[in-house]
Amino acid sequence: MNVDTTYLIIKSLMVLTIFGITLLIATYLTYFERKVAAFLQDRLGPDRAGPFGILQPLADAGKMFFKEDFIPQNSAKSLFILGPGIAMFTALLTGSIIPWGPQITLFGETFDFQIADINVGILFIVGVVSIGVYGIMIGGWASNNKYSLFGAIRASSQMISYELAMGLSIIAIVMMSGSLSLKDIVAQQHGMNWNVFYQPLGFIIFLISALAECNRAPFDLAECESELIGGYHTEYSSMKLGFFLFAEYINMFISCAIISSLYFGGYNYPFMDMVTDPTVQGLIGTAVLFGKIFFFIFLFMWIRWTLPRFRYDQLMHLGWKMLIPLALANMLATGAVILFNQ
Amino acid sequence: MEQNASYLPILIQAAIAIGFVGLVLVLTHILGPRRYSKKKVENFECGIESEGNARFPVSVKYFLTAILFVLIDVEVIFFYPYAVNFREMGVQGFLAVVMFVAFFLVGFIYIWKKGALEWEK
Repeated sequence: MNVDTTYLIIKSLMVLTIFGITLLIATYLTYFERKVAAFLQDRLGPDRAGPFGILQPLADAGKMFFKEDFIPQNSAKSLFILGPGIAMFTALLTGSIIPWGPQITLFGETFDFQIADINVGILFIVGVVSIGVYGIMIGGWASNNKYSLFGAIRASSQMISYELAMGLSIIAIVMMSGSLSLKDIVAQQHGMNWNVFYQPLGFIIFLISALAECNRAPFDLAECESELIGGYHTEYSSMKLGFFLFAEYINMFISCAIISSLYFGGYNYPFMDMVTDPTVQGLIGTAVLFGKIFFFIFLFMWIRWTLPRFRYDQLMHLGWKMLIPLALANMLATGAVILFNQ
Repeated sequence: MEQNASYLPILIQAAIAIGFVGLVLVLTHILGPRRYSKKKVENFECGIESEGNARFPVSVKYFLTAILFVLIDVEVIFFYPYAVNFREMGVQGFLAVVMFVAFFLVGFIYIWKKGALEWEK
């Protein structure tokens, strides 16, 4: 890999493209969520702004910009501003190492449809996601509001607990592929050779942990309105509140992309070798990846609007006493089976 | 250098993300109205007069969880280099890891029996 100006320009353009797509998808996920909720509850959902209400997210974003940027008197002011900033920054950073499509050749140049292929890919994601805990914790603590503090403490305690099970379930995947790079892991699932067929238990553990990491219902104890008003973002207004909500939706999008890449073959699809033109094959692959991502996003929303919330002791019980032993057993079983077959 | 070059795009992305976050925070500060009110700057606690502030001791369970997380997460991290070299190390490496997991489980069962994972009491 040679670092020259063209390389940097191409990468910068790619960063901007994926940045824009991420923001656009996060904005429209709010609309999608409300429509899915309406569908599941047999009502119409937003339908006033534009045809079928598709301008609703833009109206919401515009409104948030023009709301008062309010900072409570007792809060730690600089940390109060830093909290949502960190949450949004970490959410935006994780998209950089996901392989959005296979290598394609356009105008005589080969493009990796991935911003950065680093050899510790998965560890990078786990690391950045754990920094995201700081955003919530700092935001909740700096508000100097009891409800915010409880929401923040609950959120961080829950996120670190489920990170363990998540890390252990990823190890089984790494053992199968022998690489931490997401590009290699996806490339090995060529065609229909998806990891989910070898790691069904690992997939379930990862899915549950991802729901808990994103603070999605039934794990949304950090912001359960019946106990904690709004949780860690009770005192926030304007785009600072918007950042917390946005970060949540971006995290959901990225989690679904990671689930698709790790367990459901990323851009791979059955009979992909029948498409001879590599460019067409790549473009279909990207479309297929986004199809998988949207399926999982729908699954996340479906779960949110169907299941009631856990109690905190049940949540900790599930994370520590069930998922961690199960993930360990899954890891050892994977190792034993691979060695036995060798 | 070859290895480090692959991190450059991540730096670009980080720079753009910081720029975006900073720009939006400044914009929303400028665009919004500002009206001072004595009641509004107090903390919102369901409309009841707020008592004191939120700098008080919290249940030790949360800190215990954090400490256990650090302990166990360090052990989880040790599995990663092993998992990458899993095939080369063969049966011998696997037996060593089984032993490591056994030690790990002894500690895990200990904290379980000690009641560190109980939240109901």
